[in-house]
Amino acid sequence: MHADPKGVLTGVHFIDGDHAACEGALAAGCRFVAGYPITPSTEVVERFAARIPQVGGMFIQMEDEIASSIAILGGAWAGKKVMTVTSGPGLSLMMEHIGYAAITETPCVIVDVQRGGPSTGLPTLPAQADMMQVRWGSHGDYMPIALSPNSPQECFDLMIKAFNLAEVYRVPVFFMMDEVVGHMTERVAIPAASEIDVVERHFTTKKPGEYKVFGTNGSMVPEMTKAGDGHRIHVTGLTHDERGYPAMNPAAQDKLLRRLLDKVNNHNGELVDVRMDGVEGADVVVVSFGITSRVAAAAIESARRKGLKVGHLRLIICWPFPAKLIVELAGKVKSFVVPELNMGQMVLEVERAVAGRARVISVPHAGGTVHEPAVIESAIMEAAR
Amino acid sequence: MSSEWTNPELIERYGIENPVMPYLRQDRLPHIWCPGCGIGTTVNCFTRALTESGLDLDQVAIVSGIGCTGRVAGYMNLDSFHTTHGRAIPFATGLKLANPKLKVVVYSGDGDLTAIGGNHFVHAARRNMDLMIVCVNNFTYGMTGGQVAPTTPIGPTQTTMPYGNFENPFNLPFLADACGAVYVARWTIFHVRQLAKAMKEGLAKKGFVFIEAMSPCPTLYSRRNRLGDGVDQVKYYKERSILRNGADTKEVGLAYQGDIIVGKFVDRERPTWMESMNEHLGRVLGDKYTPYGA
Repeated sequence: MHADPKGVLTGVHFIDGDHAACEGALAAGCRFVAGYPITPSTEVVERFAARIPQVGGMFIQMEDEIASSIAILGGAWAGKKVMTVTSGPGLSLMMEHIGYAAITETPCVIVDVQRGGPSTGLPTLPAQADMMQVRWGSHGDYMPIALSPNSPQECFDLMIKAFNLAEVYRVPVFFMMDEVVGHMTERVAIPAASEIDVVERHFTTKKPGEYKVFGTNGSMVPEMTKAGDGHRIHVTGLTHDERGYPAMNPAAQDKLLRRLLDKVNNHNGELVDVRMDGVEGADVVVVSFGITSRVAAAAIESARRKGLKVGHLRLIICWPFPAKLIVELAGKVKSFVVPELNMGQMVLEVERAVAGRARVISVPHAGGTVHEPAVIESAIMEAAR
Repeated sequence: MSSEWTNPELIERYGIENPVMPYLRQDRLPHIWCPGCGIGTTVNCFTRALTESGLDLDQVAIVSGIGCTGRVAGYMNLDSFHTTHGRAIPFATGLKLANPKLKVVVYSGDGDLTAIGGNHFVHAARRNMDLMIVCVNNFTYGMTGGQVAPTTPIGPTQTTMPYGNFENPFNLPFLADACGAVYVARWTIFHVRQLAKAMKEGLAKKGFVFIEAMSPCPTLYSRRNRLGDGVDQVKYYKERSILRNGADTKEVGLAYQGDIIVGKFVDRERPTWMESMNEHLGRVLGDKYTPYGA
């Protein structure tokens, strides 16, 4: 399907990442946003509030992030593509509803414009320190999807992908921006609606009585419906059977949890999205994501000028983590360098995949600004020794 | 309603179709509620209200939070959502705003709606969100074993008030009224006809409707405070209820086993959130704005 032209602001714009993310959501077909103000994410909902009355849809500023994060799930079960937008403290408040979205398989996009933490931390300054929180933050086992843009253009482009993945996998999809990407202003080219592919919700065509709200018929992801379509569905956060009825026993729990995890983890490569530059034949591979990938690129360039064979692997989709790819590389390279704006989060995934077969050097940063390229470069030099 | 949802075994056993049955997910029965609990009685009233409302039941959705009353959604043969603790109102808000054609009912308990969910309650009332809220008030947390609630009157013992409650309780009709609800009523499960009528009026009303239904918890609240069984509590409701339609909600607070002011306290008109939005944006944006949900 092509995008609905009503939501697509075709043309070349000079806007920041927050505004571009909003335009990406509108182009993707998002027509329901509930949000609560929090720096540095607020511009996303401010723009949405201004744009949506003329596109046709709904924005509501709720009383807190807890309310925002479940209002969108209500919106999704009424048939809309939905999003909420926040930053660290708000994300912490949303955690229960990440789990609710996971167990009820409610498609939604949660934008996290990351700032320094913990707690109120650095409201106006960048970090990438929520990476493990979005993977593990709600209680119980589940597998979200998380994307990490590094420019306003990608805030637009990848947002469409985020919405599409939410529909395909029916999981909460996190859009992991940071203060710098959110607030940097660059050229953003928005194509014609006819050039934007969007995935529409897969609504069932089954009649009431034939349809089971969590029935899978062999596929891993159930067909969806919406309130008011006559199916008289029941949706609960309790462990449930295919009818959506509570089924609180070990067998039902095992069956449900395995499917919820497998539907994402058994993606056959469809959820591997990385950008690789000079990885073939490299001695050192830098693994980065988001804003840090742009700093890393400068450090890599400098190291290459000094004659080192350095590759760059940038994660576009951070969760699920492309462990197989790292496993393959681990046998070929001397070492990995993992710079990130946190005290060492995604490096744990790299270490887990490498499993001691290569050296892994973490380049942590407490946040508040980006790395000095020289710091990453010196880690590369160390890694090449 | 057709009889396709009706349990043939029951018809065979009793010779008649139970009028409540078509509204229930019969494949989920028996329910979890204790003998003497009043929640089922409120559900019975709700089904009568649905019958008399003339609403297309495919367009009615019910949303519950967590707790004993939170299980109501799971038994109703409607589009039904059992959400997280305290968050039925914001979920219902999303459901209603994303599909304005739905009639959305929030059905939950006093702890769920006014303790953990209190913030959402006051803001939904302030906005005049078009939702009917049924609050079954049993003065306690039943599902977790009888802890103190924001509605527990001063005096009775609860597991987390082992020497008796000393905290001031909410007067729920006053709270709803002060926040802007357009319809506020209180009945007990003794008043089945009045409660059903209030629910019917609530279903017909646009805006934030609040109906408090006092209901016994014989297993925890009554037993721990030696108030007898469910029937004893219904007798208390019968003896001590005082009908006062239009009462000043400031005056309807509940004391432990004291008088119960019942009736319809508030019935007024205010534009709903969505009506206000459409009116305002239509005025400001003119032709550029297409009214939402029209």
